[in-house]
Amino acid sequence: MTPAIEPRSIRESARLLVIDSCDRAFRDARITDLPEILQPGDLLVLNDAATIPASIRAWTKEGSSVEIRLVRQAHDSDWLAVLLGEGDWRTPTELRDPPARISAGDCLQIAGDFVAEVVGVSDVSDRLVTVRFNRSEPEMWTGIYAYGRPIQYSYLRDDLALWSVQTAYASRPWAMEMPSAGYSITWSILLELKRRGIELASLTHAAGLSAAGHEELDDRFPMPESFEIPERTADAVENARREKRRVVAVGTTVVRALEGCASAPGGRVVAGRGETDLVIDRSFRPAVVRGILTGVHDPTQSHFRLLHAFADETTLRRAWRHAREADYLCHEFGDSCLILQ
Amino acid sequence: MKIQNASVLITGGSRGLGLALGMQLADGGARVVLVARNRFELDAAVAGIRGRGGEAYGIAADIGKKEDIHPIAAQAAALAGPIDILIQNASTLGPVPLRLLLDTECEDLERTLEINLVGPFRLAKVIAGSMALRGQGLVIHISSDAAVEAYSGWGAYGISKAALDHMTRIFAAELHDTGVQFLSIDPGEMDTKMHADAIPDANRSTLAQPDDVAARILEIINRNSEIPNGQRVTVSAVEAQR
Repeated sequence: MTPAIEPRSIRESARLLVIDSCDRAFRDARITDLPEILQPGDLLVLNDAATIPASIRAWTKEGSSVEIRLVRQAHDSDWLAVLLGEGDWRTPTELRDPPARISAGDCLQIAGDFVAEVVGVSDVSDRLVTVRFNRSEPEMWTGIYAYGRPIQYSYLRDDLALWSVQTAYASRPWAMEMPSAGYSITWSILLELKRRGIELASLTHAAGLSAAGHEELDDRFPMPESFEIPERTADAVENARREKRRVVAVGTTVVRALEGCASAPGGRVVAGRGETDLVIDRSFRPAVVRGILTGVHDPTQSHFRLLHAFADETTLRRAWRHAREADYLCHEFGDSCLILQ
Repeated sequence: MKIQNASVLITGGSRGLGLALGMQLADGGARVVLVARNRFELDAAVAGIRGRGGEAYGIAADIGKKEDIHPIAAQAAALAGPIDILIQNASTLGPVPLRLLLDTECEDLERTLEINLVGPFRLAKVIAGSMALRGQGLVIHISSDAAVEAYSGWGAYGISKAALDHMTRIFAAELHDTGVQFLSIDPGEMDTKMHADAIPDANRSTLAQPDDVAARILEIINRNSEIPNGQRVTVSAVEAQR
């Protein structure tokens, strides 16, 4: 499938592949049709995490170039990160050089007064480290925003700017990569959804890296991720469940947050912060989410496996073949897919 | 809008009205993020609020620079939580001494619009979306008498503030049922550096103090639900009602 090679100038120009998992049928639509496709009473839940400039160039003491890709904030100034070696985003991640040999105690120089000290190296791979910035909040954020750039993708035509990787409703900077399922959703669509009686709610999910381009590490993705569910959203979700109304997730991050929360004893979606290591695949049966808006994923992508929780293999493969033949675009800035149960 | 525990972002926050608002909002229990270009003044402003026991943070940035907008919004939300109240107070007079429109360089008008109109548009666009999704928020644009009256010599500034007022009304019309309110507030003439730049020989004893004006604006914030969305409010009218 062909990737979209640049951010859309008109976000809501995305196409929408609608899959009805009950009827095992699919059809073509536009993202702007979403208010007509969803039903009054449906609850649409969006991830309002803003995307951090999580790619930071640094140098070792010996002068080797290293790219620090933030995976998640562990606490305070400590971040889990993946290190990549020489080269830039125009080389696919899996073909990038490994980083110079890094040990705990090494300092990675970002700028004259901004340093990331390696305070831990993972047993899984020496590319996975914990770094500690030499600045605490708020100066740490100043440094990240001054020297970081959004994570870039080798299939893109040009450099990505920070504003190109934000949704129209982004708030706190929690996501390392854009929660891209919401990329095509504009406020004109959201207001029309509201007007038609479709309820909107948000949560914040700290989407980590989707891949590191290294087999040992990629097998570990997605890593545990933090989320926060506001009281208003928890109430809306539980009300919808009680009244047998559909909860539709915008993106896999929302699925992880809601299902991760509901997988705890009691089975309810409750307000507050949490962390989930939930892996969603064909064996998973969602307890909360009955529909998902996502990108158009290739069967080789991990996101495709997640979709098996919402539709059967045959329907998904038929729909994917249709999407490929109909020239749907994939990846971050591509077209959308809605699966409804 | 409840001030206690609110997350507030104020541009032009290191002095004058912006600083006075920051002080009083923090006194009321808000978490305040100040934005200003001058790091030295900003640090002093933040230290002043913290010295009174308030919670404050500073972000050194330029509202007139496109590249600074997302970093401002994201850092503010990271430090103080999702923004509940955005006060767009930063502005420039444009070329001083003030000059007639026919004597105003095009580049000076562009720069004035960039800071007084386009910057606030960009920041409102980035922040009001998350407010609307959460179903609550207040965006205040600090306006001016010059937005309404056509004063000779105040061309670039007056044009920018008139457009800012209209932007306030349009945002309000578009987001009217989302729980997000937009207001323009005309603070009146204040004893500030900007006023001194504009009218160096003004009688300062006739000018309002930023602290007093900030107190009136806090009254407006406290009773915002009584005010129609998109309204232009003058501080002098608030005083007349007291």
